[in-house]
Parts: sequence; structure tokens; C-alpha cells
Amino acid sequence: MATGASYLPAGLPAPVPEPDGLDRPYWEGTRRGELLVQRCERCQTWQWGPEWICHACLSSSVGWTRVDPHGTIYSWERVWHPVHPALEEHGPYLVVLVELPHAGGIRMLGNLLGDPRQVVTIGAHVEAVFEPHDDAKVPFTLVHWRTTP
Amino acid sequence: MKERTLRGKTAIAGVGETTYYKHGQAPASEFQLALEAILTACADAGVDPRHVDGFASYSNDRNDPSRIAAGLGLPALRFSNMQWGGGGGGGSAAVANAAAAVAGGIADCVVVFRALAQGQFQRFGAAPPVATVSGEPALTFPYGLISPAQRFAMRVMRFMHDHDIRPEAQRAIALASYHHAQANPRAVMHGRPLTAEAYDASRWIVEPFRLFDCCMENDGAAAVVVVSAERARDLRPKPAYLLGAAQGSEYRNAARGHNAPLYATSSFTTVAPQLYEMAGVSAEDVDVVQSYENFTGGVLMSLVEHGFFTADEANDFLVVDNLLAPQGRLPLNTSGGNLAECYMHGLELVIEAVRQLRGDSTSPVPDAEVSMVISGPMVTPVSSLILGGEATL
Repeated sequence: MATGASYLPAGLPAPVPEPDGLDRPYWEGTRRGELLVQRCERCQTWQWGPEWICHACLSSSVGWTRVDPHGTIYSWERVWHPVHPALEEHGPYLVVLVELPHAGGIRMLGNLLGDPRQVVTIGAHVEAVFEPHDDAKVPFTLVHWRTTP
Repeated sequence: MKERTLRGKTAIAGVGETTYYKHGQAPASEFQLALEAILTACADAGVDPRHVDGFASYSNDRNDPSRIAAGLGLPALRFSNMQWGGGGGGGSAAVANAAAAVAGGIADCVVVFRALAQGQFQRFGAAPPVATVSGEPALTFPYGLISPAQRFAMRVMRFMHDHDIRPEAQRAIALASYHHAQANPRAVMHGRPLTAEAYDASRWIVEPFRLFDCCMENDGAAAVVVVSAERARDLRPKPAYLLGAAQGSEYRNAARGHNAPLYATSSFTTVAPQLYEMAGVSAEDVDVVQSYENFTGGVLMSLVEHGFFTADEANDFLVVDNLLAPQGRLPLNTSGGNLAECYMHGLELVIEAVRQLRGDSTSPVPDAEVSMVISGPMVTPVSSLILGGEATL
């Protein structure tokens, strides 16, 4: 997808993997259209965002697992006041926090695609939409969400 | 160790602030403002500034204690302390850290201060000028989830959803602050009253926050002087004794990417019980509350988590009349607070809590003896404290 077709205007800060490599598998997964999160190889606890050890059993054997990119809206906000120059004159946009019940209830962020003035319902079902930014200096892919019937 | 408490061991003996300005309008440098507030607080306490031997602050205050000590010509600096965390979460904790140093014999006279000159540095509410982000911001900034208001709106949205809380509950908190500011000549919004109609007509910043749900950004400085209870009695009438203080956050509150297991919280669920236990009082004993307004929804959750009413009672409790001095059920933010007096990262709330015990608030609560401060909801580590008059010891 060209930058001009992105949900938000070009010019916002671009995500790059952490220098220590902690979240690299996540960002590499998004480039393939896959959602990867952490799951402890010892106690099977799901973990998001990424950390170096499992918060449940403190094992350092925290692996990465592909998850079904569906969830439900846990909370949301409609942003009106622009705090970044790229968003001046853009108008409102929606941010959602999505819960993945099949992955231990971890939550993921993103924009909610569609009419920014739509009625948003906590508990509504959503699916991930991958938005590649191939032209970026370090190409990356964002993960958005859209409601499903 | 037989007794592990700060209760009654220290007191705030002096308070001081500069003139409060709109952001960018301070006529002096941030460091000058800090010095002015410190000297004013010392004068209020009747303490020779050369007898100050420690400093405590929070939120990465830029004014280094060594430079201040050099500037004031202190014979010896014995304590310097920076409370971790951004925003105003550390406001009460900084006072507690000062008190712990005094009670523990590390220092004798510690000044807690905060100085902000927003025009001279980056504003809190604007995106930092960066091209790339990594770590936690990589999960948020590219989606336009950047500023504090944007970061915390979804916690409040979920809380209001869970408990069917109406927008009028947030509005009452804003109106109370503006009401009290009209009696306070120090307040930046003095002379600029707010009506319910103007609130309802104000623009959205980020739903569920309208313009008047969000704090100001200001220039100025504030300071308080912490000494032992014995010393405070010799200095001036009506010391504000520290009865209790607590700081922290609950289980995994800062899990990245908004993954706190308990998400819809101001993060006082484990802190408030510690506070009351040390202070030896309960919510019913509290006469007046200064509760940090980063956003009105944060105040709402803070008051619930400090036990003043349940979440399901919020719609009924949070009406303006209940929140006003002198006779409301819970006089709230009686100087105007962060919304209407000054956004001095909540240290102005500590000063107001002291003035209520002295009886010299501009909106006094008659015979106030137990005075609470709640600092920086959602901005962990959060903190809160309770001050008391002589009768509470």
C-alpha cells in the first residue's frame, strides 16, 4: 500500500524494532501479514507487549506464537485535537484497544478503519488489517482493525 | 523494627509559590522561578534558607539540587531525591520521600519543589519531534496515540462503560475547580468562570474528554518545607502534620501496549489502603480533598479508589453542590487545582491542602482537620497523602 492510502496521513513517527531485538519478531511478522505475540515455552502464559522473561513463571524461554488476528473491542477513543503536525486539518480518527480472548486476553492497539464518526461498541468483533508502508526508510507494517458482522 | 510509620513525625511548615502564568508567559527562567518559590516557602516557614539541607522533587524536574544548593549558598547538602515517574504521579511521594529523610535522620529541613516553564522547553501535550519510535511508543505513536490525554482516555472510557457513568459526572469536577478558582486571586482562571453550558459546548480533545476535562499547561514554581514535627511547632502556628503517604501501582499496571490486567483504574487500588492504614483515618474522616486533575476522569476514578463513593454511586455523588467548599459533602480542589489555578504538576494541591488546615484557603472548609492530596492518577507510580492538624495526632 502506498503511503497515501494509509488510515492516517504520512508524517507520523515510524516504528522501528528496538535496538536490543526484543520486539523484532513482532515487526517481522507484520511484514508477512502475521500477528505474533509472546507465549512462555515453560508455562504457556501469553504475554503482550514483549518482555525478556515470562511474568508468570519468570522463565527466560519466552517464545513467539502466531495468533488468529481476531478479537473484540475492549476500549476505544475518538481523537479530535491534533497533537502532531501531520494530523493538522485531518479531522477525527479512532483508536481501539482490542482483546484477544483466544490468546489469554492480551490486548493490541490500532486504528479502527471505516467512518471515523461511526458508533463504536465495546465488545464488538473485529479483525486485523495489515497496512504496509513499503516506501518508508525502514519498511514497516501497521496493524489496524475493522469490525466484522 | 517496632514501628514503621511516618505518622505524625514530620510536618509541612512552610509553603510558597511564584505568580502562576499561562504557558510560555513566565518573565523569568525556570531556574529563577524555582529559587523564588523555595525562598518564599522558607520565609513562610520562618526558616533561614541556609538551614535547608535537602531537596526532593519528581517528574524529572530540570532544576538540579546541587545547583540550587550552590545558588543558595547552603553550607551542606545532605539529601537529594528524584521520584521516578512522569506527570504529577510523584507529587505526594516527593513529600513522603522528604518526610522519610527527616524522620530517618538523613536531613533536617527538606524542600520539596517543582518548577515548570513550558515556553522554555517542550510542551507536555505536543508530540515530540522525532522521526522514528521504538519500544512502547512504536505500538502507539504510529496510530496517533501520542499525548497524555490520548494515552489515558481509553482507561476512562472503559471505566465509564463498566459503570454507566454519565458525562455530567466529569463535568461536575470541572465546574467545581473553576468555581473555587473564582475566589482565588492566584488562579490563572480567576475571573473566568465556567458554566455548564460552556462546558457542554466545548470542543472534544479526545472522547471522553472535552477541553475543560483537561488540565492547563502553565509556567511557575511551587515549594513546601518539610521538617520534624517538633521543629514545626517552634516555627509557626498550625503545622500540617503528615499523617500518612503511599505510592505505587497495582499488579502489572505498566504492562506494555495497554495490557494492565486491571485496565480501568487510576492505579490507586493498592495504594489507597496503604495510605489509610498509615494515617489511621478512613474516608469518612477526610474533610477536604485536592485530587490531581490531569483529566476529570482520572479524578473520578481516584475518588472511587480512595473510597469516597463507589463507581456505581458516581453519577449521584458527582454533582457540583457536593464538591464545593464550605458545605459540600466532599469539598474538592478548593484552589482551582490543575484545571483552573495552575498546572504546577500538583504541588499547588499540596500547598492548598496545607492552607485548608491553617484556615487560610481562599475557599476554606471550616475547621478542616484532615486534608488529603491525590497525585497523578494513572501516571504510575501514583501517590497520595493525608495531612492533619494538631487534633489528629
